[in-house]
Amino acid sequence: MLKSPATHSSTAPVTSDKAKSKAERSESGFWLNAKDKYYAWIFLGPSLLILGVFIFYPMFRTLYLSLFLTNTVGKPTVFVGLSNYINLLTSADYLSSLGVTMVYVLAVTVITIALGLILANYASKQLAGIGIFRTLFSATMGVSVSVAAIFWLFIFNPSTGFLALVSNWLHLPQINWLTDPGWAMLAVIITTVWMNLGFTFLILLGAMQSVPTTLYEAASIEGATPRYQLFHITIPMISPTLFFVSIITLIEGFKSFGLIDLMTKGGPTNATNMLVYRIYKDAFYSGNYAQASAESLILTVIIAIFTLIQFKVLEKRVNY
Amino acid sequence: MEMVAKQKLPQKILNYVLLIILTAVVLGPFLIGLWTSLLPTMDIAKGNFLSLHISLTNYVDAFQKTPILQYLGNSLWISTLTTIAQLIFCSMSAYAFVFLRFRGRKVLFILFLATMMLPFEAEIIPNFMTVKAMGLLNTYSAMIVPFLTSAFGTFMLRQSFLQMPDELKEAADIEGLGHFQFYWKIVMPYNRISLITLGAYGFLGAWNQYLWPMLTTFSNAFRPVQNGLRQLQSEETFNDWGMIQATAAIVVIPTLIVLFVGQHYFKSGMNEGAVK
Repeated sequence: MLKSPATHSSTAPVTSDKAKSKAERSESGFWLNAKDKYYAWIFLGPSLLILGVFIFYPMFRTLYLSLFLTNTVGKPTVFVGLSNYINLLTSADYLSSLGVTMVYVLAVTVITIALGLILANYASKQLAGIGIFRTLFSATMGVSVSVAAIFWLFIFNPSTGFLALVSNWLHLPQINWLTDPGWAMLAVIITTVWMNLGFTFLILLGAMQSVPTTLYEAASIEGATPRYQLFHITIPMISPTLFFVSIITLIEGFKSFGLIDLMTKGGPTNATNMLVYRIYKDAFYSGNYAQASAESLILTVIIAIFTLIQFKVLEKRVNY
Repeated sequence: MEMVAKQKLPQKILNYVLLIILTAVVLGPFLIGLWTSLLPTMDIAKGNFLSLHISLTNYVDAFQKTPILQYLGNSLWISTLTTIAQLIFCSMSAYAFVFLRFRGRKVLFILFLATMMLPFEAEIIPNFMTVKAMGLLNTYSAMIVPFLTSAFGTFMLRQSFLQMPDELKEAADIEGLGHFQFYWKIVMPYNRISLITLGAYGFLGAWNQYLWPMLTTFSNAFRPVQNGLRQLQSEETFNDWGMIQATAAIVVIPTLIVLFVGQHYFKSGMNEGAVK
């Protein structure tokens, strides 16, 4: 799956030294051009307008609504201060959503990175035809959420699905993947990992290919095994990329909605009722806009923290 | 990681075996989906998975009985317009941050960066009300207007513009090119690779939207394909798995072709944008 960075996502590209010095020089204010001010309005105007209306205003509006009670059309009625937040953070139901989301996000990140490393490790071997494998491994980048859901809904289908069939052949007990609270989370995790794999693989492969070959040459002469090289050269050398992919995967995990809606609808018995799905349900089904706004703000804070960590670490890495 | 030493034959074979196993794991869900899209639903329902009654009937049915083409057309239209708009508006704001000197530039730039921390998913409530107030519910515009620009795109293009040699701007100044001419005739062509990369991201981003179109569209006339597939599933009470798999295949096959052809750009773009 390709994350959608072009639509207000959180990726922190890297500033090169050259670019940086150039940016700072022109920032210092020499030859500040009076005419440029008017051009600035023309060039920046459209983007500022859109970001203002659809990113900044809604954030403040969400904050505002979260401090009130709202009526059925989402108009604020009574100011209640922080009580929406207090209610949420003391409600077992919401805390369980938070917990479920954490489990999902952590599991997805760890498994995606581990599998991505395995794929990238094998795909970086010098073998004839390796390019074909590289292309095939990245294939899930082209799978959108609803297609992935259809493929896996069939695989998990309890009566006619692929896994049901296989466990029939092998005389294993049937699992109700999507209707058993113990298994539904695993099903959603597996599907997410599969969707993420192509993207993660490509990024990790790119990083592995930029590790200087001389390191491996030296290690080979010293008699280091491939396994040793993987854990003592490759992984440390690509650790900034590993960090970057982990954060991206974490953030995307917190924002998960599509697969939940398509596969489990938050169920069974809230086993997969994650943060965004909850916001959607509370606002657009129950009409509890105030509470959903408070939930939105909590989500924003969580994601902002991870994005800031990402910015900070990447900045440090680039400026050393 | 480049293996330097020549590998011995058994090692080589082992590597190929492992690569093939990994390929099977990654492509398994695709292959299962594609295979069942060729089978009659009766056979699927009976668990007759190895049936040899393969045909394209499910595909014919999908095209004739479902609005899959309408969904695809909607998505294509929405994604194309979104992409073009993002290329224009992101490059314009990136241009301002790189080539224009004006007061408040730094503050504005930080403001742009800050928007990358704010998830759209957490802003759906006011945005839904805004779009509703504008009378845009159930229109293409509802799915395009909020995404006309992106902070990420601006940031990515800014990085690319900053890498341009200073001589270009100096030469343009000597030639007497104004900002519009310099932007359109020099900056845009010079940065075409970054623009293509951003275009690909923008397109796939719009194509993969799910939550927002689900909130803002309620008819097949405007419903994009992600939500269309959901609609088909919810209508399929009798679980016509063969046809459902065919619709998924119809959606995924063009994307895969674009992905494999365009992979070069994705890779260079990702390395440029994020990882080095």
